[in-house]
Amino acid sequence: MKRTVFGGHLLPWLLLAPQLLVTIVFFLWPAGQAVRQSFLREDAFGLSTSFVGLANYRALFRSDEYLNSLQVTVVFSVSVAVLSMGVSLFLAAAANRVVRTGRVYTTLLVWPYAVAPAVAGIMWWFIFNPTIGILPYLLDGLGYDWNHSLRPTDAMILVVIAASWKQISYNFLFFLAGLQAIPASLNEAAAIDGAGPFKRFRTITFPLLAPTTFFLLVVNIVYTMFDTFGIIHATTEGGPNQATNILIYKVYEDGFLQLDLGSSAAQSVILMAIVITMTMIQFRWIERRVEY
Amino acid sequence: MVEHRPFLNILTHAVLILGVAVVTFPVYLALIASTHPATAFSSGVIPLLPGNQATENYAAMMGRGISSSGAPPLGLMMTNSLIMALVIALGKIAISITSAFAIVYFRFPFRQLAFWTIFITLMLPVEVRIVPTFEVVADLGMLNSYAGLTIPLIASATATFLFRQVFLTIPDELMEAARIDGAGPMKFFRDILIPLSRTNMAALFVILFIYGWNQYLWPLLVTTDARYYTVVAGIKRMADVADAVPQWNFVMTAVVLAMLPPVLVVIAMQRLFVKGLIEAEK
Repeated sequence: MKRTVFGGHLLPWLLLAPQLLVTIVFFLWPAGQAVRQSFLREDAFGLSTSFVGLANYRALFRSDEYLNSLQVTVVFSVSVAVLSMGVSLFLAAAANRVVRTGRVYTTLLVWPYAVAPAVAGIMWWFIFNPTIGILPYLLDGLGYDWNHSLRPTDAMILVVIAASWKQISYNFLFFLAGLQAIPASLNEAAAIDGAGPFKRFRTITFPLLAPTTFFLLVVNIVYTMFDTFGIIHATTEGGPNQATNILIYKVYEDGFLQLDLGSSAAQSVILMAIVITMTMIQFRWIERRVEY
Repeated sequence: MVEHRPFLNILTHAVLILGVAVVTFPVYLALIASTHPATAFSSGVIPLLPGNQATENYAAMMGRGISSSGAPPLGLMMTNSLIMALVIALGKIAISITSAFAIVYFRFPFRQLAFWTIFITLMLPVEVRIVPTFEVVADLGMLNSYAGLTIPLIASATATFLFRQVFLTIPDELMEAARIDGAGPMKFFRDILIPLSRTNMAALFVILFIYGWNQYLWPLLVTTDARYYTVVAGIKRMADVADAVPQWNFVMTAVVLAMLPPVLVVIAMQRLFVKGLIEAEK
């Protein structure tokens, strides 16, 4: 809070006007429309709409496809979070040990942040191409016939790897910052008491990283749920047989390809509720961090 | 480092080198693929060493594009992406810094309401409410235009919060001194606040440029006219064709060109990038 402020009521509204206008027209109004449409059903020709109450929501939770999509999203999010955070923590712990060359490794590890999810997806799609890709070729040598356009598990592995690859740089930077914030004296004291590097990591470093880890967990789940549309759309398109049809892809598919507006709107509302919950969790964490 | 353990040091470097290798691997393959003729991908395994068609591939993609997929030349798509990224980044910074100024330096009715309205945008990513947002933009006649590509994405709670934090740390005495010297609010904003938040703006710009350049779903929906295609959204159209008729050399050329500008921005401005990334999460 500022002790002194400028007077006048018109100027602050003029300053806020562009932001508020964009927010109301392109955020609040569409969100309100989504809520409204989720209670309506439109006939096949778009000629008449009728109020159907919660029917769209009930239909969703009875639909096997939607429940499958929920499950796929959970599997996808948890796999990406675990894989990407695990690899990043490992790399950050290593980079934190090397004093002089640490910055060089950081530069070499952070740039994938700038690669678009769709572009990352296409690159891994190419590497895993069943006929000419390098990884299927190697897997064939091990006796595994890779085919992500037929096998649901292969498709899921493909999108998990592409999504994790892109997120490594972000997790790495935050883990490295977290590691550097741990006072060296703690590690030194434990070393004098005879604890080896691995024991020190397990009993001192990892517990002290808990706030960073929790924060990254939330960020990674939000990322896989809402920012990976490009990866799915550019590669598997939700297939094969719905195996990679995550919620965010399904909203698009039902709304734009199937033109089922009521169902798509209900899905939007559910997704908004999820984002609001995640944002609240994230903000609570930050409030607690301030107390440290 | 606490103790001297040569074996562990070697292991540490081995882990890091392996990590860098894994992270670089897909990009390396894309680069290599962009230097080969289309025939290199019809059978066998993808090439691992550079070919000799680099100039031809890049010249062809920049100049003509893959005509069979209806995709325009990459030169045009990259210009569109650049316009989109710049307008989004500069627009977000401009409207957020004035909003933060209004919220921090003025007391007016419904100030809290204005603050919460901006805060809510954080919880409504465009992917989540895609159909109604598309309808609004269509009703306003903004499909196939730069305005349609950029304005709906321009509100930013994150940037507003960041500038609010910056302003709150600026000592009150500065403002009091400015007022005694007879400076009005806009003069104070221009001559004191903007210069003091210059590094924050630059850091934010790096993050927002990448955000704008990498937009995918939104350009895919609002552009049906090839003149407005952006490069990241355009790649999918090429890859679809490449699945039927392998043109992986062209697709990978496009991939390399699509990631080059944002990657260069990150590498060239690494310090600002890290600052922006960490501040944006506060």
